[in-house]
Amino acid sequence: MIRSSHRRALALIAAAALAGASGSALAKDPNLGRNLAATCANCHGTNGQAVPGSGLDALAGTPRDKLLQKLNDFKTGVKPATIMHQISKGYTDEQLGLIADYFAAQK
Amino acid sequence: MPNLNQFNRRDFIKAAGAASVAGSTLGLTACAGGASKARGHVVVVGGGYGGTTVAKYLRMWSDRGIDVTLVERNANFVSCPISNLVVAGYKGLDDITVSYEGLKTHWGVRVIKDEVTAVDTAKRTVTLAQGGTLSYDRLVLSPGVDFQWDQVPALNNADAQGKILHAWKAGPQTVALRKQLEDMKDGGVFAISIPKAPYRCPPGPYERASVVAAYLKAKKPKSKVLILDANEEVISKKALFMKAWDDLYKGIVEYRPNSQLTDVDVAGKTALLEFDKVKADVLNVIPPQRTGEIAAKAGLKLINNRWVDINWLTMESTNTPGVHVLGDAIFPAPTMPKSGHMANQHAKVAAAAIINLQSGQEPNPEPVVMNTCYSFVAEKSVIHVASVHRYDAEKKQPMPVAGAGGVSAARNELEAKIALGWAKNIWADMLT
Repeated sequence: MIRSSHRRALALIAAAALAGASGSALAKDPNLGRNLAATCANCHGTNGQAVPGSGLDALAGTPRDKLLQKLNDFKTGVKPATIMHQISKGYTDEQLGLIADYFAAQK
Repeated sequence: MPNLNQFNRRDFIKAAGAASVAGSTLGLTACAGGASKARGHVVVVGGGYGGTTVAKYLRMWSDRGIDVTLVERNANFVSCPISNLVVAGYKGLDDITVSYEGLKTHWGVRVIKDEVTAVDTAKRTVTLAQGGTLSYDRLVLSPGVDFQWDQVPALNNADAQGKILHAWKAGPQTVALRKQLEDMKDGGVFAISIPKAPYRCPPGPYERASVVAAYLKAKKPKSKVLILDANEEVISKKALFMKAWDDLYKGIVEYRPNSQLTDVDVAGKTALLEFDKVKADVLNVIPPQRTGEIAAKAGLKLINNRWVDINWLTMESTNTPGVHVLGDAIFPAPTMPKSGHMANQHAKVAAAAIINLQSGQEPNPEPVVMNTCYSFVAEKSVIHVASVHRYDAEKKQPMPVAGAGGVSAARNELEAKIALGWAKNIWADMLT
């Protein structure tokens, strides 16, 4: 049986290794970008593959810089929107970067 | 019955887990590339917005390493969101019905049409109504809500519930309410009773009142819509709903706050309030709600004897680790609505956590969930509310992100198209 204390010990070792590698004190989940991007899927499709004809933008395969620019423009209010100006403000710049990375990597 | 034992991989997991713990002390570098593939058997109870999403995402994110069995009593998924358009006559039930076939064929989810009648959290088994049990490594309950019929005593029987409808679970009740409205005479009164918050889909009753008003205005213009709200004011998108009623349905919609239902006169189609009686031609009672009964039966800790208390990093019950709960059944975090969209988001937090836990990793320490909710105020006019909720490590729950979220500037036709696009995408995100 995997005891939670063992699990925690393992995670601490992994976190220490990660911190050493990245210089960050906080242990990030390796799938953080995937998890954050999944919050977009309700409207933009699983992994950014929106249903064709749904009228909503497919994000899969969008170049990172292009998508990040768009998200930042929504967040700063430069680009008008029905709802994305309100949603994009809920994510940090770092989180938006991870989301853009994830969608850019989708086919 | 098929052989259910083949899905019990708990012993295998135990052995594999022990081996990997033993191995980890010897060679950390071997683990640096990532943990071992997540395995195990997850039983999901309830095939709504939460249950279908967690089933699919567990398969997808575990690279099909986790076996998933989904137990659902209905043959097909029928959506509550958009169902008010069926009540108003703008859509048919087919338009809001999706098969579970995609979960089976595309994702390899085992879908059992049955009902779970008992959970043994010590043995990690669930009992099925049609006989037999299923073993699980982890259980996900996404049971939605059950109605507190004891609070509307006259409706506490099937016969009465077939006459005074709730239509707050989409399906036959939705169609039946549509029929009652079609049969209502011009000049009739449609009265809708709203329970005190929290209940499933905060703006839903106001949306229903609006689109029913739109139908009556076009087809039976002498009729009225009476909103009997137990709350002291409209609890979602207040200004936008009230403006729509004033602009579009003046003389048709009447809003009455602080109108708590105490009981119903079924034969007289009369709502009994504390100090008043309201007779209707079509009386639609949305009763008070609590978690789907199975969560209470399973012995999970409830708050206010109504909603399941959960750990927000894993969506696990606080008193029963290994049992994860999603959607309307849980005690919500501050300002978090009970919505299908939110249940889908809960499901993704749970899927990610289960996969981490089944491969010996900690859950993601900083989950984010968000909500979008579109309400129709007329056939082609929509208003939205949106919010983003970020986990707060000190408060140990998601908190709404300050400055994010909000409502539509005004009702508009563009969002009517987007709302239907939202439905197509979220149904695909859950089921295909």
